[in-house]
Amino acid sequence: MMNLRSKRTRIAVAGLAVLAMTLSACSSSKNNSSGGGGGGTGSTPAKKTVKVGLAYDVGGRGDKSFNDLAAAGLEKAKADLNIQTKELSAVQGESDQQKADRLTLLATAGYNPIVAIGFAYAGSLAKVAPKFPNIHFGIIDDNSSKLPNVEGLVFAENESSFLVGVAAAQATKKKNVGFIGGVQTPLIQKFQAGYAAGVKAVDPSIKVQVAYISQAPDFSGFNDPAKAKVIAEGMYDGGADVVYHAAGGSGSGLFQAAAAKKALAIGVDSDQYQTATADQKPYILTSALKGVDTAVDNFIKDDAAGKFKAGSVRFDLKAGGVGYATSNPIIDPYKAKIEDFKAKIIAGTITVPTTP
Amino acid sequence: MRERLSRLLLNVFAAVIAAAFAAGITSIILAVRGDSPTFVISQMWTYGTTPSSELTILNSATVYYLSAIAVAIGFRMNLFNIGVDGQYRLAAMLAAAFGGAVSLPNGVRQVAIILVAMLVGASWAGLVALLKVTRGVSEVISTIMLNFIATGLIAYLMRPSILGRRSAVANDVTTTPIPKSGQVGGLDLIPKAGGKVYGLIVLAVIVGVLFHVVVNRTRFGFDLRATGQSASAAAASGVNVKKMIVATLLLSGACAGLVGMPALLGDSHAYSSITFQTGLGFTGIAIALLGRNNPVGIAFAAILWAFLDQSAQILDLNGIPKEIVQITQGVVVLSVVVAYELVRRWALAHQQRVVGGALAPPSDPAAATPAQVTA
Repeated sequence: MMNLRSKRTRIAVAGLAVLAMTLSACSSSKNNSSGGGGGGTGSTPAKKTVKVGLAYDVGGRGDKSFNDLAAAGLEKAKADLNIQTKELSAVQGESDQQKADRLTLLATAGYNPIVAIGFAYAGSLAKVAPKFPNIHFGIIDDNSSKLPNVEGLVFAENESSFLVGVAAAQATKKKNVGFIGGVQTPLIQKFQAGYAAGVKAVDPSIKVQVAYISQAPDFSGFNDPAKAKVIAEGMYDGGADVVYHAAGGSGSGLFQAAAAKKALAIGVDSDQYQTATADQKPYILTSALKGVDTAVDNFIKDDAAGKFKAGSVRFDLKAGGVGYATSNPIIDPYKAKIEDFKAKIIAGTITVPTTP
Repeated sequence: MRERLSRLLLNVFAAVIAAAFAAGITSIILAVRGDSPTFVISQMWTYGTTPSSELTILNSATVYYLSAIAVAIGFRMNLFNIGVDGQYRLAAMLAAAFGGAVSLPNGVRQVAIILVAMLVGASWAGLVALLKVTRGVSEVISTIMLNFIATGLIAYLMRPSILGRRSAVANDVTTTPIPKSGQVGGLDLIPKAGGKVYGLIVLAVIVGVLFHVVVNRTRFGFDLRATGQSASAAAASGVNVKKMIVATLLLSGACAGLVGMPALLGDSHAYSSITFQTGLGFTGIAIALLGRNNPVGIAFAAILWAFLDQSAQILDLNGIPKEIVQITQGVVVLSVVVAYELVRRWALAHQQRVVGGALAPPSDPAAATPAQVTA
C-alpha cells in the first residue's frame, strides 16, 4: 500500500518536474548560463555524484503544493547530476529543537548540501549551521542568515502577483475581483499586496475583495479546500468574476467553485492549469509562478560546480525566478499589457509593494 | 505498607504489559510492511540514546510533563480540561509580550513573566469554571470552544498594530523579544549534547512535588479526590462542590500557563504564531492518561513519549515512515487504560478474597452452618 502510494506520488512528481521544466524554460535560460555546470559542458558523460539532503516543511512530498515544487527541483537536478537524496519532513506541532535535530541528522549522515524548505527552519538552521562549517545549507523563503555556509533563496512573490493582478483587471467584466489567502502571514500578505497593486495599476476603480481562510497560529488554511470553496462562492456571488488564491492545497476548492459558477480563477506557485481537472481547466486564467523548483535545482547544481555563495539570492522577475503562466489560451489577449508591466517592473520604473 | 507496595508493583506490571502490547502491535505492522521490527527498535534505541537526542527528549519531556500535570489536576476531580492547549498558547503569547515590554531587574522579570503566564492560563480556565458553575455548561464543550477562541484572539493580538513585531526572520511576526535579563539559562546536564537542558526543568520538578503534596497530603486534595469519586457523596459530607470546581480549574489553568515557559524563557525568547509549538495540550491528555494522573507515572510517561517522538526521526533516514510511532503511542494509551482496569478488577477480587478469608470464622463447620441458617 505504502509502496504503491509513494510510487504514484513519484510518478506525479516526475510529471510535475517535466512540466515545470517546459514551463520555466524561458525563466531558467538566464540561470542556466550562469549555473549549468554539468549541463553546459554536456559532452562529458560522467555525472558528478552529490548527496543532497532535503528537509521539508509539514506535509512533505505529495502535498501538491510548496513541498512538491521543491521536490520537482530536486528531480530536475537529477537530470544533470548523480544525486543520492534523503528527504525528511516535519510533523505538525513540532518544536524548533526537533527541526534542528532533523537538520543535524542530515548533516551527520554526510549529506551536503542540505536544503531546508520553508522559513520555519530559519531559527533551527541558525543553531545547526555553525556546527557544520563544511556543509552548505540552502533555505527557501528566508534571507536572515549571515552565516558563511548558508544561502537564503527568496522570491519576489509580489511581482508575479502583480502580473496576475494585471491579467485579472483586464479579464474582469464586473470590475470586481477577489483574493483568497491561505493563512494570514506576512508571506501571504505579500501576494495580496502585489495582486491588489497590479489590479489598481490597470484600473483603480476595480474592487478587490480579500479573504483569508485562517489566521496564524491556525495553519489549516493551507489545506482546507472546502472552506476555500465556500469563500470563493461568496466572492463570486458578491460580484467578483476573477479570484486569485495563494492558499496552497486549498486552491482546489477555488477551482471547483469557479467551474460551478463559470467564473475565472487564478492559480499559484506552479502552473495549475496543467494539474486541474478537465472541467476546471477552461476557467483557470493563469497562475502566478514561484520558481521554488528552479531555485532548488540551481542551488544544487551551483553547489556541485563549486559556486556556492553565502548570503541570499532573490528570485524576481528580472532573474526569471517568478512569472505567470500562459498555458491557457484565454490569457492571450491580455498578454501585451502584462508584458508591458513586466518590462516596467524589470526596468525598475514600477516598484511593487510587499505589504498591503 | 505491604499492601501499598503490592499495588504499586501491580501498576508497574500493568504499564509494562501495556508497553509490551503496544510494541507487539507495532512490530506486527512493521512485519506486514516488510520491515524488520528488531532493526527498527535497535535503530530507534541507538539514535534515541545519543547525547543530542537525550537533550531533546529531556526538553520535550519537561514541557509534556507540565502539560500532563495541568490535565491531571482536572482528571483527579473528574473534570476534563481539554483546553490546556488554548490556555498555554494564550498565556505564552501574553507573557511574552509582557516580558518584552516591561523593564524589571534580572530575576524579578522572569518571575513576573511566569506569574503573568499562570494568571492568564488561570483566567482562561476560569471562564470555563464560571460557565460550569453558573450555567451548568459541560467543561468538555467550553474548553474545546475556548481553544478556538484563543487561536482567534492570538491572531488578533499578534497583528503588527497591536503586539506583533516583524522579526529578523523575514516572514515571521513575533512579540518583542525578551532581553537577556529576562531569560532563563540552560543547564549543562548532558555532556557532549551540544546544547543545554531548559533551566525551567527545575520548575517542572517543583510542580510535580507540589501536585503530589497538595493532592495527597492536604484537606483540599482530599476534597478534590472525594469530589472526583462522587460529587454527591462529597457534597453530602460537607464539601462545597462549586468552590472545588472553580479552584480546580483555576489551578489546572495556572499550571497550563507554565507549559510554554521553558521554551519561551529558555529558547525562543519571543512568541511567534508561526513557529511556536502548538498542540502540547492534547499531548498532555494522552500522557496524563498514560501516567495514571500520578506525578511519578506522568514523569515516566512524558519521557517515554518524548523518546518515541525523537527516536522516530531516524526511521525516515532508513525509508521507514516515522508515523509508525504514532501508532505505538495510540496503542500504548489505549492498552494502558485496559491493563489498569484489568489489574484493578483483579486486585479488587483478590482483596475481597483476603478480607473474606480474614473475616471468616475459624474453620469449624459445625459452628458456621447454624449461623448461616439463622441468617
